[in-house]
Amino acid sequence: MAEEPKGCARVTGSVAGEAPEEAAANQPVEKKERTMSVRVGQKAPDFTAPAYYKGEFTPVRLSDYLGKWVMLCFYPGDFTFV
Amino acid sequence: MGVEVISVSVDSHFVHKMWNDHELSRMVDGGVPFHMASDQAGHIGRAYGVWDEVQGIEMRGRFIIDPDGVIQAMEVMTPPVGRKLAETIRQVQAFQHVRATKGAEATPAGWEPGQPALKPGPALVGKIWEVWNPKMEK
Repeated sequence: MAEEPKGCARVTGSVAGEAPEEAAANQPVEKKERTMSVRVGQKAPDFTAPAYYKGEFTPVRLSDYLGKWVMLCFYPGDFTFV
Repeated sequence: MGVEVISVSVDSHFVHKMWNDHELSRMVDGGVPFHMASDQAGHIGRAYGVWDEVQGIEMRGRFIIDPDGVIQAMEVMTPPVGRKLAETIRQVQAFQHVRATKGAEATPAGWEPGQPALKPGPALVGKIWEVWNPKMEK
């Protein structure tokens, strides 16, 4: 097999072969549109998440930072190169 | 400057610890000084519009959030190019300046702390060249 390129993207698994369309078609499909999109000038969506902080596992909640400036930074993955 | 940092990726908080201990602590004395949050299901990434459905990762998204919880600035990049921290710091300082003046002043392109800011109003219309020109950008 050809070697995967070693980029910054996270390699992920995916199902192979034919999709089981029949079974899927019989399922009541619940459309969960949870993709809100954020805009400048609007409230930042609050969240809570498990986190690592100075040697401890401490959950973090954005709304705990009200009254402070926050830089929220997403990135593709730990141990990637950039 | 007083800015709290939160980083988010789809890695578990356990992996965050390993990354901090084995790599980042060798680049930053004392290790990472902020919360490294875990969003394995991508719920937060979706809410902020940085979720990559195909790869199951979050793109490089950076949001400056003010003390009222309002997003003042955002920047989203695809993975292979890294950010420039100095520009984020400049933007935070500029937003802090605007907030300190209760919105009475605005900062021109390339503005840095200590430089003249703009006081929008009838007297400034057509006169910006008197207080600012692009050569003043450092």
